[in-house]
Amino acid sequence: MRIVLHIWRQRNASEKGRMVRYEVPNVSEHMSFLEMLDVLNEDLIGKGDEPVAFDHDCREGICGMCGCMVNGVAHGPLPGTTLCQLHMRHFKDGDELYLEPWRARAFPVVKDLVVDRSAFDRLIAAGGFISVSTGSAPDGNAVLVSKENADRSMDAAACIGCGACVAMCPNASASLFMAAKLSHLGLLPQGQPERDRRVVGMVAQAKQELFGSCTNIGECEAVCPKEIKLENIARMNHDFLKANWTGRGLPSDEA
Amino acid sequence: MELNSKSPNGPIETRWERHKFSLKLVNPANKRKHTIIVVGTGLAGGSAAATLAELGYKVKCFCFQDSPRRAHSIAAQGGINAAKNYHNDGDSVYRLFYDTVKGGDFRSRESNVYRLAQVSVNIIDQCVAQGVPFAREYSGYLDNRSFGGAQVSRTFYARGQTGQQLLLGAYQALERQIGCGGVQMFPRTEMLDLIVIDGKARGIVTRNLLTGQIESHLADAVVLGTGGYGNVYYLSTNAKGSNTTAIWRAHKRGALFANPCFTQIHPTCIPVSGDYQSKLTLMSESLRNDGRVWVPLKKDDPRPPSQIPENERDYYLERRYPSFGNLVPRDVASRNAKIVCDEGRGVGETKLAVYLDFRDAIQRLGAGLIKERYGNLFNMYERITGEDPYKAPMRIYPAIHYTMGGLWVDYNLMSTIPGLYVIGEANFSDHGANRLGASALMQGLADGYFVLPNTINDYIASNKLPAVDISHGAVKEAESQVTCVIKRLLETRGTRTVDSFHRELGKLMWDYCGMSRTAEGLKYALEQIPALREQYWRDVKVLGAGEELNQSLEKAGRVGDFFELAELMCLDALERNESCGGHFREEYQTGEGEAQRDDEHFSYVAAWEFRGVGNRPELSKEPLTFEYVHPAQRSYK
Repeated sequence: MRIVLHIWRQRNASEKGRMVRYEVPNVSEHMSFLEMLDVLNEDLIGKGDEPVAFDHDCREGICGMCGCMVNGVAHGPLPGTTLCQLHMRHFKDGDELYLEPWRARAFPVVKDLVVDRSAFDRLIAAGGFISVSTGSAPDGNAVLVSKENADRSMDAAACIGCGACVAMCPNASASLFMAAKLSHLGLLPQGQPERDRRVVGMVAQAKQELFGSCTNIGECEAVCPKEIKLENIARMNHDFLKANWTGRGLPSDEA
Repeated sequence: MELNSKSPNGPIETRWERHKFSLKLVNPANKRKHTIIVVGTGLAGGSAAATLAELGYKVKCFCFQDSPRRAHSIAAQGGINAAKNYHNDGDSVYRLFYDTVKGGDFRSRESNVYRLAQVSVNIIDQCVAQGVPFAREYSGYLDNRSFGGAQVSRTFYARGQTGQQLLLGAYQALERQIGCGGVQMFPRTEMLDLIVIDGKARGIVTRNLLTGQIESHLADAVVLGTGGYGNVYYLSTNAKGSNTTAIWRAHKRGALFANPCFTQIHPTCIPVSGDYQSKLTLMSESLRNDGRVWVPLKKDDPRPPSQIPENERDYYLERRYPSFGNLVPRDVASRNAKIVCDEGRGVGETKLAVYLDFRDAIQRLGAGLIKERYGNLFNMYERITGEDPYKAPMRIYPAIHYTMGGLWVDYNLMSTIPGLYVIGEANFSDHGANRLGASALMQGLADGYFVLPNTINDYIASNKLPAVDISHGAVKEAESQVTCVIKRLLETRGTRTVDSFHRELGKLMWDYCGMSRTAEGLKYALEQIPALREQYWRDVKVLGAGEELNQSLEKAGRVGDFFELAELMCLDALERNESCGGHFREEYQTGEGEAQRDDEHFSYVAAWEFRGVGNRPELSKEPLTFEYVHPAQRSYK
C-alpha cells in the first residue's frame, strides 16, 4: 500500500519547524510503523535528504523510547500499543498521516520527532524510590505481600515512561506517570515508610518542571500503551491530601 | 600475555568470603576523593553506579539513551534465578552452580560461577526491598517457575516483565543517588574511546549526542557495563542501539577480548517476515514451561496446524530429550529447530519456523491461567503477527539473543588494563559457552550490586593514582582519534547507507558464524568481511553534520566497529576446533548430532589481543580447571 506522511521537521530547539509531505510507496502490512519510517529514511538518504530523526530503541514496546503523535493521537490509533508495536495492517492504502512530536512545555523538541523527557527522570529523583542501600535487605520472604496488592502494584509498575500521557493531556500534566510510580511503591509494605515524603516530593517537582495539573479528563488513560488506570491518580490525590493534612512528608520548615 | 585470573584456591564454598577479606578497603572519608566512571545503565551499570555512590564514591554515569531507565535489560521477560530453595525441591547454591557450569558446557570459571550462585540469594532480597513487584502466591510468599536447563523451580518473576522491574529498581536507586548528588548523570552521551595513562584506565572520551561535542572525562577507575554485541548480526533481539563500541574501543586500547565466538541463539523468537525487518522479537523462554514445540512429521505439509492430527505431529524435543523435554537449554532447542527446518519440515510462509503450541495447556489449565502467566507475551505476539495464539499455535524460530563472550576479566572483574572493570554481558566471565535462561539478570545484578563494589576498593586502595588533567597528551591523542573517525565518516559521502552495509555484514555472520559453523564457511567469511569493511569506509553515505543530533552518524561509528569485531568472532570460531554450547562446528558432533567438546585441547578461555585493523590478533589462553563439576558430555535426554 501507499502511505502519505506529513512529518514535523525541525532542525533544533531554536529553529522554527514545519510540516513536510512525504510518500512511502510499497508499504507492507507486516511492517511496524517504525520500519515504515526506516524505509522512508533509507529513501531520503538515497536522495541526499536528511533522514527524519525519531527516538526508538528496543522496538518491543518496553523501553519507552519511541512515540509521536499520529493524526493527533499519541502512539497512533491502536489502544494499548506503543508506536513500535503498531503494525501497518491497521492502515489502508492511501491513508494520510500527520506525525508530530510529543506536545508539552516540559518536553521541549530536540529535533524533528525527538523531544527531551529528562523531566521524568527528575520526578523520580524527587522521591520515586524506596531508600534501601545495597546490602541492608532482609530475606525476600520476610515481608509478605498479598497477591492482590502485588498484582495491583505490578499493574502500575508496568509504566514505561514514554510520555504519551503528558503529550495527550490538554494540561500537559504528568499525573498519570507520577501516580503510576506512587501506586507501584505505595501498594507494597516496603513502600510505606516513605509514602508521604514521596508524593509531596514528586508533586512539588512536577510544578517546577511546568507540568500542568490534572483535571480528570482521562486522555492519558486512553492513550497509555500499558493501560495504566486513572484510579492511580485518585490514589495519588488521596495520598497528597493526607500528607498535607497530617504534615507528614512535608519539608520540616513547612510542617 | 600471561593471564592471571586471581581465582582464589581452597574450598569453593568459602572462596568469595576469604577473597573479600583479603581485599583492601578504602575508608569512607577517602572514598569521597575518588571519582569512578560507569558507562551503561542496564542492570549491571545502573546497579553498580547506585551502589558505588551509596558507598561514598563520586560517580559519573553515562548512557546513550535519553534516560538511564531505557537500557536494554528492560526487555528481559522471563525471570531471574536464585538458589533460595523456597520450594523445597532440592535446590541449593551448589546445584545452581552445578547447573550453570554444566549449562555453560564447561567453558566457564568455577570460582566465578560459584560466587554468582552464592550472591543470587542476596539479589532477590535486595530487589524485594526496593519494591520490585515479584509474583506472589495467595499466601503472600514469593512465587517461582522453572526455566530451561534446570529441574527445579528457582526463577523469580514479575509477569513477563522481570527485566523491566529489576531495571526500574536499579534505576530508582540510581535516581536517588542523582537526587542527592552522589551520581552525575550524562544521558544521550556515548563513550567513543578509553583514556589510558601510564598503563592505567583513567577516563573516557565521549560525544554528546545532542550537540556533537567531544569531551573527556577523567577518573580513578572506569567501569564498562555496556552490554553485548549481538547486533553484529544486524537482526537480533537486542535493542537497535545496542552496540560494541565501548568494549571494542577499550579492546583496541589493550583490553583482551575473550571467547568472542560464544553467542547465544534464543530458540523462541518471532520469525522474520520480510527484508525491511529491523529487529527480531523474543518470546520468553518461560513459554516452554507450558507450550509444546512441534513440526509436522511430513515434509512440506501444507495443512494448517489445526488439521494435522496428533499422530502426524513430531514433538521433537520431547521425543529426543525425554527427561528435559521442551525445557532443554537454549542451544539445544535452537539447533534442533534448525535441524527440522533443514529437513524441510518447517512451517509458515518462509518454512523457517516451528510451532509452539498451547492447546494442551489451555485444555489442562484453562485459558484464564494461561492468560495470567503469559498474557502480555500473547498480546505482543498477536500485535506483531496478527494471529491469536490462544487459537492457533505460535510460530517461532531461533534468533541471536545474547553474547557470552566479552572483554576478559579476572575474578575481581578487572580487564587486562588496570583500572578498567567490565561487568554484566560486556564481560565474558560466568556463562561459558552457553547461558541458561534467567541467568543474565542474575549476573548483571550480582556484578553491579555485590561483586564490583567490593573488588574495586582494593584497586583504589592499593594504587597510587596521581591527579591527571585533560591537557595530558594521552587525552589529546584519544580525542583527536575520535574526531578523526567522525570526520572521515562525514566526509566520505559515498553511495550506500549504513544500514545496507550492516544488513550485508549481518547476513554473512548469520550464514557462516551463526547457529552452526564450518571451517570452510568461516574461511569464506574471513575473506568477505575485510573486503566489505574496506568498501564501507570508501562508500558509506552519512548525511548531516557532526555538531548536531545525527542518528546516522551514531550508527555509522558503531557499524564500523562491528566490522572489526565480526572478523575476530570468525577467527575465534575457526580456531576453536570443537563444538561447545552455542558454538557448534559441524565437523565436531557426536553420532547423535550433539555437540562434541574436546576438553583435552580446548578447555581454555581464548583471549585475543588487538594488533591493528587487518592484522592477526594474538591469542592468549587461560586454562580452565574443574575441581568440582567434572566435565562430561552434557546430556538432557
